[in-house]
Amino acid sequence: MITIKNLHASVDGKEILKGINLEVKEGEIHAIMGPNGSGKSTLSNVLAGKEDYEVTEGEVTFNGKDLLDMDPDVRAKEGLFLAFQYPVEIPGVSNINFLKTALNEKRAYEGKSPMEAKDFLALVKEKQKLVELDGKLANRSVNEGFSGGEKKRNEIFQMAMLDPKLAILDETDSGLDIDALRIVANGVNTLKTKHNSYIVITHYQRLLDHIVPDFVHILYNGRIVKSGTKELALELEAKGYDEIKKEFEKESV
Amino acid sequence: MGNEILEQHINKEYEWGFITDIDTDTFAPGLNENVVRALSAKKNEPSWLLEYRLKAFKAWQQMKEPDNWAHLHYPKINFDAISYYSAPKKKPELTSLDEVDPELLKTFEKLGISLEEQKRLTGVGSNIAVDAVFDSVSVKTTFRETLMEKGVIFCSFSEAVQEHPELIQKYMGMVVPHTDNYYAALNAAVFSDGSFCYIPKGVRCPMELSTYFRINASGTGQFERTLIVADEGSYVSYLEGCTAPQRDENQLHAAVVEIIAYKDAEVKYSTVQNWYPGDKDGKGGIYNFVTKRGICVGDNSKISWTQVETGSAITWKYPSVILKGNNSIGEFYSVAVTNNKQEADTGTKMIHIGKNTRSTIISKGISAGFSNNSYRGLVQIRKGATNARNFSQCDSLLMGDKCGAHTFPYIEIKDKSAVVEHEATTSKIGEDQLFYCKQRGLDTEKAVGLIVNGYCKEVLNKLPMEFAVEAQKLLAVSLEGSVG
Repeated sequence: MITIKNLHASVDGKEILKGINLEVKEGEIHAIMGPNGSGKSTLSNVLAGKEDYEVTEGEVTFNGKDLLDMDPDVRAKEGLFLAFQYPVEIPGVSNINFLKTALNEKRAYEGKSPMEAKDFLALVKEKQKLVELDGKLANRSVNEGFSGGEKKRNEIFQMAMLDPKLAILDETDSGLDIDALRIVANGVNTLKTKHNSYIVITHYQRLLDHIVPDFVHILYNGRIVKSGTKELALELEAKGYDEIKKEFEKESV
Repeated sequence: MGNEILEQHINKEYEWGFITDIDTDTFAPGLNENVVRALSAKKNEPSWLLEYRLKAFKAWQQMKEPDNWAHLHYPKINFDAISYYSAPKKKPELTSLDEVDPELLKTFEKLGISLEEQKRLTGVGSNIAVDAVFDSVSVKTTFRETLMEKGVIFCSFSEAVQEHPELIQKYMGMVVPHTDNYYAALNAAVFSDGSFCYIPKGVRCPMELSTYFRINASGTGQFERTLIVADEGSYVSYLEGCTAPQRDENQLHAAVVEIIAYKDAEVKYSTVQNWYPGDKDGKGGIYNFVTKRGICVGDNSKISWTQVETGSAITWKYPSVILKGNNSIGEFYSVAVTNNKQEADTGTKMIHIGKNTRSTIISKGISAGFSNNSYRGLVQIRKGATNARNFSQCDSLLMGDKCGAHTFPYIEIKDKSAVVEHEATTSKIGEDQLFYCKQRGLDTEKAVGLIVNGYCKEVLNKLPMEFAVEAQKLLAVSLEGSVG
């Protein structure tokens, strides 16, 4: 699905990612954990193609294509989805209109005709249920006046509508209460197939109780310093990040 | 990458910038009393109208060109360098479309304005009657007979002067007197044509009325007048569109629009202003100095202005409503876009005189490139205008960091029972919003279009359906390349 090799990236001349290596295969869920400032969000933004981030070295292959060579919208149309840590408000643009535009842009890219209104509405109904999103929110402006939990559920709703090959969930659990966390996790688990993949970025183990990863990676100071299975997350939860920091501090200096 | 898109779109040509090659009858440049007389004679006008023009010309001569108060920068206009009359040479009488120069028909076809009624009857948008004004004259007004059956008069101003002189004499200058301001005085002296519309008592105008203004000739100014009279209990929706060729020189457009609404009447006036804005360095473009004002004379009357301003190098325009009748309503919905080196100073005046009068102002400014965009509005509640209400919302959206947005609200309240609310916001089109849209698969242009249309939604919703679609496209084109 995606192969990241020796990825270096900087913001305003400051190197944040210092050589990331990661391979996510079809049907796998990878969790990336790490303390604040370790580069988790930078990684997701670089993969999605945000302009402020400069890739200085390395390569990323997405379904056999050079991901870094694509514009952000092309990456999206190729099937990469980023669930934002802080979803953005777009006043005056209804959620439904936004999604219809996005979906039809993707279909056009795939050489398909725009979706019939009837089919589109049926799809909206179906996917809304998945994340228990109030039908009214569909007609409201994108994320405007949504609560924190509604915004996160709306991200998963959009993901469900766009049916990506690879979804990156950037701290989707932050700011969610237990119920919302369960709803989001259920949504993801229902959408999970043998053919799509997830990169779940999180601080905490608790999300991984619901979305069970195949692999867990610990990101520290711009590098993946440790990889393992889901047990690694539990270990990390027990010991805290300090242990990791101590262990790898010397290397990073 | 970003720069490439920018280059590509900034270099994109103004789509309506073509020039029609046609024989014209054009006055030599210059302005004096003889020109005013010649113009009046050319149009075979009654003596009272010549007197009116001369009076206005004298008033204009004594006025000073306004210089400092508007937030605009442009060189002094040399009024003697302008020709005040240019008309396509035509056959003696235009009785049917066959006699209209095919070049002119082609021009309007090219602009998407069909002057052939049959075509319009079958096609989309058949329900609009059009008065097409080319330089100084009206070329053709469609559906006049159909409208006449209902008693609706819709014709060019010149024809109205000949055929309904009593109406013109009664109403012209009633809302915008010839001494009103510098450009209104100039217009009163040298106006060449425009549209006249009268809706009789109790009639709901069966179709949208529309005037399409086209400047073609070089070195000329366009000075037209529009006069709309809605008698008691009548309703009309009026549309105005305009374009001009792409020229290196600046051309002056100084129009006057007057609307009179009697008891229980409603007039909805929508404009999509798309005069040539000049090139990316600010060369060329129309100077648009327009006085638009309506008066709600009767009780329960309503006048609503909706404008989408994307064109002109300089825009100076304040469509206003005098709320004289009790319970009368004035509305102003505006989207003003400036890009490159364009400058706009636009807004409204709501003058509350009657009791229980209400006004709403929704202004959405969008500035891009190196442009300056100002909202200037007055809400005046006079003594005795009990329970007057106003709500104003002025939003500015900035694209990039080289442009400016300014808000100049003036509020004068002389009656204690008034409730006046004013809200203003300034926002920047966010990199975050753009990235969010792109991450969902929208390219830059689509994303900008979506965000801008969302921002203008309250105003675009007020436009008649077909116009709204047109306006959305125009917004997208006007802002193409404004975000790299």
